[in-house]
Amino acid sequence: MTLLGEFSLWAAALVGLWCAGISFSGRWRDRRELALSVTRSTHALLVCLLAASLALWQGLVSHDFNIEYVAAYTSRNLPPYYIVSAFWAGQKGSLLFWAVVLALFGSLAQTLTPRRYADLLPHVAGVTSAVVVFFVGVMLLSANPFERLAFTPPDGRGLNPQLQNVGMVIHPPMLYLGYISITVPFAFAVAALLSRKLDTGWIHAIRKWTLVSWLFLSIGITLGMWWAYVELGWGGYWAWDPVENASLLPWLTMTAFLHSVMIQEKRGMLKRWNLGLIVGTFMLSIFGTFITRSGVISSVHSFTQSNVGYFFLAFLVIAGIFGFTLLYTRWPLLEPEAQLDSVVSREAAFLFNNLLFVGIAFSVLWGTLFPILSELVRGTKITVGPPFFNRVNVPLGLLLLGLTGVGPLIAWRKASSENLKRQFRWPTAAGLVTLGGLLAAGMRDLYPLMAISLGGFVAGTVVQEFYRGVRARMRMHAESAPVALARLVGRNRRRYGGYIVHIGMLIYFVAFAGMAFKREQEATLKPGQSVVMRSPFGHTYTFTHLGISQYEALNRIVSAATVEVTKDGKPDGLITSEKRQHIDSFKRPTFEPSTEVGIRSGLQEDVYVVFAGAVNGTEEAVYRFNLNPLVWWVWYGGFVLVFGGLLTMWPGGGPVVHGPRGAPAGYRAELVGK
Amino acid sequence: MLLAAVGTLGSALGVAGGLRAQQEEEPLSGKGANGSLRDPTVLGRPLDPTHPLDDSEAIKRIEQRLHCTCGCNLDVYTCRTTDFSCTYSPELHREVLALHGDGKSAQQILDAFVIRYGEKVLMAPEPGGFNLLGYLLPGVAITLGAATLAFVIGRRERRRSLALVTAAVPGGGTTGPTPLQGTPEELERLRRALDEVDD
Repeated sequence: MTLLGEFSLWAAALVGLWCAGISFSGRWRDRRELALSVTRSTHALLVCLLAASLALWQGLVSHDFNIEYVAAYTSRNLPPYYIVSAFWAGQKGSLLFWAVVLALFGSLAQTLTPRRYADLLPHVAGVTSAVVVFFVGVMLLSANPFERLAFTPPDGRGLNPQLQNVGMVIHPPMLYLGYISITVPFAFAVAALLSRKLDTGWIHAIRKWTLVSWLFLSIGITLGMWWAYVELGWGGYWAWDPVENASLLPWLTMTAFLHSVMIQEKRGMLKRWNLGLIVGTFMLSIFGTFITRSGVISSVHSFTQSNVGYFFLAFLVIAGIFGFTLLYTRWPLLEPEAQLDSVVSREAAFLFNNLLFVGIAFSVLWGTLFPILSELVRGTKITVGPPFFNRVNVPLGLLLLGLTGVGPLIAWRKASSENLKRQFRWPTAAGLVTLGGLLAAGMRDLYPLMAISLGGFVAGTVVQEFYRGVRARMRMHAESAPVALARLVGRNRRRYGGYIVHIGMLIYFVAFAGMAFKREQEATLKPGQSVVMRSPFGHTYTFTHLGISQYEALNRIVSAATVEVTKDGKPDGLITSEKRQHIDSFKRPTFEPSTEVGIRSGLQEDVYVVFAGAVNGTEEAVYRFNLNPLVWWVWYGGFVLVFGGLLTMWPGGGPVVHGPRGAPAGYRAELVGK
Repeated sequence: MLLAAVGTLGSALGVAGGLRAQQEEEPLSGKGANGSLRDPTVLGRPLDPTHPLDDSEAIKRIEQRLHCTCGCNLDVYTCRTTDFSCTYSPELHREVLALHGDGKSAQQILDAFVIRYGEKVLMAPEPGGFNLLGYLLPGVAITLGAATLAFVIGRRERRRSLALVTAAVPGGGTTGPTPLQGTPEELERLRRALDEVDD
């Protein structure tokens, strides 16, 4: 099967080169059969890469340890679902995963795009195929997943224990899907630039793709936080690690685009900015891959260092030069169709929101790269860790949260002072009441106070928007409140889905603020001994060590330490944390022992128990106990955000398209009624 | 055989079952005296009992500003309480405790670490000299961007207002949009209708 796999990779490279070559040569413009060939090549590319993927999966499932990749990431006793996820667990497999998914997206883009954008499709096929060829080229030249060993080991090394978690089965593919799908909007942007069809057509063609990409990135980032929380055992979910930062960067610029694109659709403005954002987002997705795979910046997430980093660096430079040069050459064709009317307008609020999103992205990128700059300029190695990022980004994040509430309250074009007073009255009151409540409850920490109060303000904004919309429908159409709400949301999915996303964001922020109050305690306990902790919500927890049991399960030897928990004097069950020594099918240890955290999740706080180890081979256990407030709400915020995103992109219910640009710069409104 | 049976039983019954089986096998387990583990090697590095200062907020704050030298990218506190296979962070922790025991202040301890391990040992660079660029540039760039935006939009707005005033003056020489006519109620309805269209 490796022969088939390798052959398929070579075939994919040739098909991709044909497709990209014909597309960029422009010869298809005069010859319909060439245009057809270009678009059909994307499907052939997908078939080739599916064959390669099946070949690798066959090797993984059949334990063909003569394949270096299979021996490095699986073992005979690895549970089947982790054999599936081993496909993307290593450098080589994840490159193939990237290539096949991109080929799938490239093929879908050709199939699903409405025919009115057919002129763009050959260019789109060319760009997606060129990117696929790059990934296939990296595999063939430097990281071949079908490379064979000179001998066949009796068993493989197995999967890194920290990757043997359901979060890691889902989280990397989600993140990859987010990264990979960015290529499609980029391809449409390049197609629009190349073909000089720079009206808002390409924007409409990519709307769903940008949302899909944003959704996958959001899910991937949230699942990554969840995995870090339940698996790594440090009691947090975001450490400003370079690879975490790399996933956040395209998310930030993509979110900026999702806002600014509305201005282009409604007013024909920000065309250059939007194109720049799409090109920049694509480059950031490649930059993230470069960081993960090059070893240029140390990270706990990095793949083994290899020379693929050079390929990515070269690709990054070439893609950047190509994208921005193309944008520069089309600059005169991208004149705005209208001007901003006022600083106090929704357009201006969106601009400031974009400035903040891009500013935060810049600050994260700056912090990530600053160690390299410092070494170049001063010759001194420095570390830029969470204290730096928190100091720089927390104020910016709070400002952004504030704008989340401000934007929807300001009218398009120009808001009058009367309008502002009317719109801001209740949300501001909600924010102030929240602030007063927190102060009365004794909270004095500045950032959490601001985050939760601004959360109150944003919630006030969203509730007011829903309330006014429902009330208007009830009055105009004599509908009951639930019907009015359902129809309001159903007929304005983009707008109200967006508000639900805002609610998800505010839940995130409030939950993040909660972690400022986490409590930690280390304790060494003999069986029967207890430790007492008081939570920020005033509950008293008692943890009594029961003992350590050892047993073999699946592919590991487990040492499980169990504590009995009482909350405010009442029994609250048992929590077990484990140390796991993974073994291969010959009972040989494969990795260093890993830790499984014991977590009891609640709406107020999580009880988080970590069994650090035993003293002198006895049942005397060293524990770390954490009481982490509001963590559950991070995951819930993620659900709300994804629900809002899905609602926004659900077919139908979108804006009515007015003419070639989606919406005219002027409006016609009829004064009907009493 | 018995051990294997215990293991199987433990696997079958899950964690609690395993615990019960272990307790049956080793009567000392969980009875106050320390029962010994069947195979301590599978737990990794043996640990020392925690020191009272391990939980000290002052020590924790210092260690959260120090980078573990094992290459894990974590601070010393997080590494020593997370990566239990790391041998560097416990050693660095002992150094912090020793300096603290010598009566050194937090800043003196950090300075001592910088002298010994270089500036890289700090989780974030001291905000001074070239490092100030790192801290200030994003904020300065955003502030400048916002100020420029506000200035440019404001200037356009003023120009447009001026043009409207000129157009409103008889013989002003230019033609502009006719100001809206209507009662306040009508204008309010228009505004709502426009809002509806805009959104």
